[in-house]
Amino acid sequence: MSATRIEKRFEKTRRENRPAFVAFVMAGDPDEATADAILAGLPAAGADVIELGMPFSDPMADGVAIQMAGRRALESGMTLKKTIQSVARFRKTDPDTPIILMGYYNPIYIYGVETFLADAAEAGVDGLIVVDLPAEEDGELCIPALKAGLNFIRLTTPTTDDNRLATVLKNTSGFVYYVSMTGITGAEIKNREAVGTAVKRIKAHTDLPVAVGFGIKTAEDAAFIGRDSDGVVVGSAIVSAIANSLENGKATAETSKAVHSLVADLAQGAKAARS
Amino acid sequence: MSEAMVNSLRQGPDEQGKFGIYGGRFVAETLMPLILDLEKAYRAAQDDPEFHREMNDLRVHFAGRPSPLYFAERMSADLGGAKIYFKREDLNHTGSHKLNNCLGQILLAKRMGKTRIIAETGAGQHGVATATVCARFGLPCTVFMGATDVERQMPNVLRMKMLGAEVKPVTAGAGTLKDAMNEALRDWVTNVETTYYLIGTAAGPHPYPAMVRDFQKVIGEEIRAQIMEAEGRLPDALVACIGGGSNAIGTFYDFLDEPDVRIFGAEAGGHGLDVDNGHAASMAGGRPGVLHGNRTYLLQDVDGQILEGHSISAGLDYPGVGPEHAFLRDSGRVNYVPVTDKQALDAFMACTKFEGIIPALESAHGLAHVMEIAPKMGKDEVIVLCLSGRGDKDVESVGRHLGMAM
Repeated sequence: MSATRIEKRFEKTRRENRPAFVAFVMAGDPDEATADAILAGLPAAGADVIELGMPFSDPMADGVAIQMAGRRALESGMTLKKTIQSVARFRKTDPDTPIILMGYYNPIYIYGVETFLADAAEAGVDGLIVVDLPAEEDGELCIPALKAGLNFIRLTTPTTDDNRLATVLKNTSGFVYYVSMTGITGAEIKNREAVGTAVKRIKAHTDLPVAVGFGIKTAEDAAFIGRDSDGVVVGSAIVSAIANSLENGKATAETSKAVHSLVADLAQGAKAARS
Repeated sequence: MSEAMVNSLRQGPDEQGKFGIYGGRFVAETLMPLILDLEKAYRAAQDDPEFHREMNDLRVHFAGRPSPLYFAERMSADLGGAKIYFKREDLNHTGSHKLNNCLGQILLAKRMGKTRIIAETGAGQHGVATATVCARFGLPCTVFMGATDVERQMPNVLRMKMLGAEVKPVTAGAGTLKDAMNEALRDWVTNVETTYYLIGTAAGPHPYPAMVRDFQKVIGEEIRAQIMEAEGRLPDALVACIGGGSNAIGTFYDFLDEPDVRIFGAEAGGHGLDVDNGHAASMAGGRPGVLHGNRTYLLQDVDGQILEGHSISAGLDYPGVGPEHAFLRDSGRVNYVPVTDKQALDAFMACTKFEGIIPALESAHGLAHVMEIAPKMGKDEVIVLCLSGRGDKDVESVGRHLGMAM
């Protein structure tokens, strides 16, 4: 199989001796048109990879910021079908930036796994992160996704010990997502030094790039975490910038700008990680 | 394997924690190692006579088991059909069947060296039972409870607090059981090293559904012995209410391979199945999906977003159901029927006035179905209802519904 957009992008940032900056936004947050504008401007602002949240009513692994982003999206009428369509629109103007859909399994299961994979691949989706599908449930979506040519990116966590790592890494592709803490998105990283040690431990088991997410909020965090990892993921801070720009729950002229200027700042932090 | 075993409905779950296509382990990676540990600890406990000895001692001296099987003479006469028996789980310590499960799980938590207990609760019955075992064993306890439920079940909130538990109201969503479970899972992911999640129903990721069933199946085993003593034969029908379904699976399990025993589960029909998002009957009005660690019947929209559902009873107000029930539904072994708020209220009052027993609103759903089928059955036939809990917690909200002066 030829290299996927995700693989090419991590290869590029590796050559540039810097971590990739991975930006998370929620599809349809705060409304479909504004979300389109936000998405379209992310690469220019400095996002190397985009994680696009698939809104779900019961986001069990997410903190308040991403819970609220999902709720705004659902209230604006977002669905999984519309999420895939927004990727197709993005792809018309950006053939290179990888897009990963991230969320929970039930909407995909209800959409129908085969139909979902076909529609997502056709729209230009490159990979999937599904929080509530551990390796034990690989038959559900992971294996079919790999067959459909999509990367399936697995989360590894501080509780994933060396024995289990082999199980977790087995069908992982694209990159490995290391969750910086035992906790939900948007919480505090208590021990930043330990993150680097954990990334090195994972890299001893795999040649895949390792990106780190959860709890990274500032350019300084991105620079610190980016020293030892191949990518840094920011989500809660970005969707909070959306929340802070709203008036009476509606997008304003500032909404897109607020996101893009924060992403530019964070990406700058990541770029400076090894300089 | 004998032919009887091949056809047995009591073989689940399989190695993957599945009952047919239902169940499984749909959880975040952070929790996966712990869930595998829990399964190991549970298997070890099952094989350890000391675990069973300690559990039996607590059942007899702390919980007050066996619970009586009571002949509801006046209701039977009034309905004019089958003889009706109540399995009196309301007489369990803490007032419901919930303690059976909590005793088993707290012993496991101790064996695993966990130092903090969390739980979710709807009506507060499981929260009270959890707070009770935590007090008994000296472990700190945090109970997540939907803000709406905190409001409608205040007596149980006070009991939990007096027992030393911290009650955290959850305002997300509609502030009911589903939201409490989300918040408990978030806490668990955060504090996974120290914390044991004491799930209150036969649902969630494997091994919880099987484990909770095993801790509750004492209900059905006692019914078998007691009805043999009272009537010299097995019942013609068994009835229990279903939210997540722990009292129901506990009641049914011992009888699943008895083809002459008809089995009914009463789901919360709320305002009626034809009312959009107006009920919590996940099997009669939902379809299979994945939530809270398992695949099961769920109330959801066409996009796979979970609906809140509605029931007058906080304990049944949940959009899912335990995976073994989903399996038993599809197999046709158990007949799951919706019971409306109004039917449950009528049954609540009938039980109170005819038998001098104030049932939990949850249990009143089961009783409502008994009242439906008993008149159509012969006087020589026998129904056993699991009266899963007592209704003290509900008197205020029932009084309000009936327009009684407060």
